[in-house]
Amino acid sequence: MNGGLDQAIEAYKEEAQELLSELETSLLELEESPEDIELISRVFRAMHTIKGSGAMFGFDKIAHFTHEVETAFDLVRNGQLSVTKELINLTLLARDQIRAMLEEYGGGARIDESKSAEIIKGFKRIMQKVEGGTEGAESAASAKAGSEADESDEAKSVTYRVRFKPDHDLFMSGTNPVLLLNELRELGQTIVIAQTQDIPILKELEPEKCYTFWDVILTTDKGINAIKDVFVFIEDSSDISIDEIDSGEDVDELGENYKKLGEILVERGDVKTDDLRKVLGKQKKVGEILVESGVVNEDQVRSALAEQKQVKQVRESKQKMEAASASIRVPSEKLDSLVDLVGELVTVQARLSQVSSSRHDANLTSIAEEVERLTWELRDSTMGIRMLPIGSTFSKFKRLVRDLSLELGKDIAMTTEGAETELDKTVIERLNDPLVHIIRNSIDHGIESPEDRVKKGKPKEGTIHLTAQHSGASVLITIRDDGKGLDKEAIVNKAIKNELVAPDAVLSEKEIFALIFEPGFSTAQKLTSVSGRGVGMDVVKRNIDALRGNIDVKSTKDKGTTITLKLPLTLAIIDGLLVKVETEFFVLPLSLVEECVELTKEVIDKAHGRHVANVREEIVPYIRIREFFNITGKSPEIEQIVIVEVEDHRVGFVVDYVIGEHQTVIKSLGKVYRGVEGVSGATILGDGTVALILDVPKLVKAVEIEENQTMVPQLS
Amino acid sequence: MSKTIMTVDDSASVRQMVAFTLKGAGYTVVEAVDGKDALAKLKGAQVNMVITDLNMPNMDGISLIKAIRSDAALKFLPIVMLTTESQDTKKKEGKSAGATGWIVKPFKPDQLLAVVKKVLG
Repeated sequence: MNGGLDQAIEAYKEEAQELLSELETSLLELEESPEDIELISRVFRAMHTIKGSGAMFGFDKIAHFTHEVETAFDLVRNGQLSVTKELINLTLLARDQIRAMLEEYGGGARIDESKSAEIIKGFKRIMQKVEGGTEGAESAASAKAGSEADESDEAKSVTYRVRFKPDHDLFMSGTNPVLLLNELRELGQTIVIAQTQDIPILKELEPEKCYTFWDVILTTDKGINAIKDVFVFIEDSSDISIDEIDSGEDVDELGENYKKLGEILVERGDVKTDDLRKVLGKQKKVGEILVESGVVNEDQVRSALAEQKQVKQVRESKQKMEAASASIRVPSEKLDSLVDLVGELVTVQARLSQVSSSRHDANLTSIAEEVERLTWELRDSTMGIRMLPIGSTFSKFKRLVRDLSLELGKDIAMTTEGAETELDKTVIERLNDPLVHIIRNSIDHGIESPEDRVKKGKPKEGTIHLTAQHSGASVLITIRDDGKGLDKEAIVNKAIKNELVAPDAVLSEKEIFALIFEPGFSTAQKLTSVSGRGVGMDVVKRNIDALRGNIDVKSTKDKGTTITLKLPLTLAIIDGLLVKVETEFFVLPLSLVEECVELTKEVIDKAHGRHVANVREEIVPYIRIREFFNITGKSPEIEQIVIVEVEDHRVGFVVDYVIGEHQTVIKSLGKVYRGVEGVSGATILGDGTVALILDVPKLVKAVEIEENQTMVPQLS
Repeated sequence: MSKTIMTVDDSASVRQMVAFTLKGAGYTVVEAVDGKDALAKLKGAQVNMVITDLNMPNMDGISLIKAIRSDAALKFLPIVMLTTESQDTKKKEGKSAGATGWIVKPFKPDQLLAVVKKVLG
């Protein structure tokens, strides 16, 4: 087997995987709107492509299996079979089976042949119900498959010339022609040219009559009948002609694209291009000549020119569309390495800028500025390449919700919003598990059984609403259910039992909800296969923390729970605040920073040795970076406190100087340093110095633990 | 400002259905029981469109259309008539009397709204 074919086979596998996930989405949508012709054809087309290409690349098993499904959907498409829950269930099973077959070809586990047979039997059973048996249908499907005529099913944009010449007495029927023209405009791209030559001189003009008529050049995919419908009330009394002027088909090379006389002469060398242009420049345009000779009037020429222009535009935009849809597949490692390289480049560029600014060389400075601009553009577009819409993940959850609610006998609908929101590929991938866990929890613990819901006076069907939206440099993902909400009392009791909090602790609502993310916390009375898999919400929290995100929980008893995840757009870059202690540089994530204030000796003296500062009547505890990292030397007279917000608490970090905002490419630390507490990574500054990126939440926690340990003996 | 539509029909249920649908779409609705009633109510009221039945006591739909078209203040008023499938001759008659369009009974609310939008913009 040669390399080219191997590549094609790989491409087929990828394509099939994509089709399968699209198919799943379509099927689930179809379940909700079983009459949707577009969805039915989409399912049919997916099956058709999987089958057709499968046979081509030797995936005979897949081709054979898919054929049955395709046949069934051909019947649906022809209106002989209706979409039922049974059909959807069966098709979803078939979809999973095809995926398993694909994996088998790729060296995965052997598939269960008996399952395939069972699914095919199911399809045959459904099809038998159709009058005339399956035989006719089968041959119909294969005939279709042979001719590959599916493409033509899709509506094509066709350009029409509509001449609308109303009866002079149009107004007397209460018809407003402008409204009809507006209706035409709604059908597609439209140019309207009013023809006014029939308007008589003022003496003969009757103001209640309609003398104007219109030429409309319209490009639409709605078909000629939609245009006719516009004129339905006046088609008898008015003169309406509709002609197709451009079918949207590819231009036949031998047909329209003949060479012009001038082109031929230039090609033969009989005339030079420049000479030709000179001569042609003197020549009047055809329209001008015609108008001058009185054969046509200006309006008519204008109308014809508009027609020409529209057809040209439509063809051009079609070409553009074709060009735009061309995309290439690139392995994600290549992208990762591109991002790394761009990161290096950003660092080097920063050095260049720094060096050039100290040289006072105008030439060098201008080059450095140019490089800076290009580097940022390059960085932005590289990051853009890694961005993917979160939609594909959302549709996976639809299936999850559907299957789990069936399993648990609950009635749950899932709605999504903002599927087009883009996020870094890595973030999307790593978001999957936590989201699955949260949604599982909602289904299992949150939403009540239909009977309970009815008893509470809620709609029988529970809903889980998933949204994604941009918010500054972050993305907010919200999972909202209308279930029974979190049981505060049960959470506190459990936490006391597990010794997570003291029995007499007074906790705010927020603190109580935060408890569910503590390691080993689970309020479920019994473990079910759905959520109690030995991992708790603490894993969710850990995953989100690792993504530099945070979680917010809101819940009302019997109303439902809303969990909001706030995530950075990308993991590779961080907007930071650069600070300095002695000769060391540190970066704090800017998203956490609230403000910077001065720390004077006076304030320190007032606090009597405790690490707290009074910031506008509010006590803010602080951590001395100098002490935490054991940096020797003497702090300056006036120090700076960078105040950050961590889990709704304000905490200060005391540093010598605040340098300023700094956009940083994150470098992970080497193996040896990876476990160092309080540092999440490093970055290289313009002059080559390494600055450590502080892991603020961890740092705060580490200090808290340390404090507690030193506090306890004092108390006892 | 919302546009006002007059529904003319001797059947209260048809008037109600039309009124309910139109009000739901944000129009103001005036009701009239026959042609005579309609003409009387059109005087003085700002009506943007009339939807009328054809078979009515006192004054039928065709006469109403003719009366409106010959009234200088009303003659450009859009009028949509309600017809039944079998009344093709009536449709032609109404059209030549000056009706703007028609709706075939029985109709669904969205069909009614589509015609109203077409005629009224």
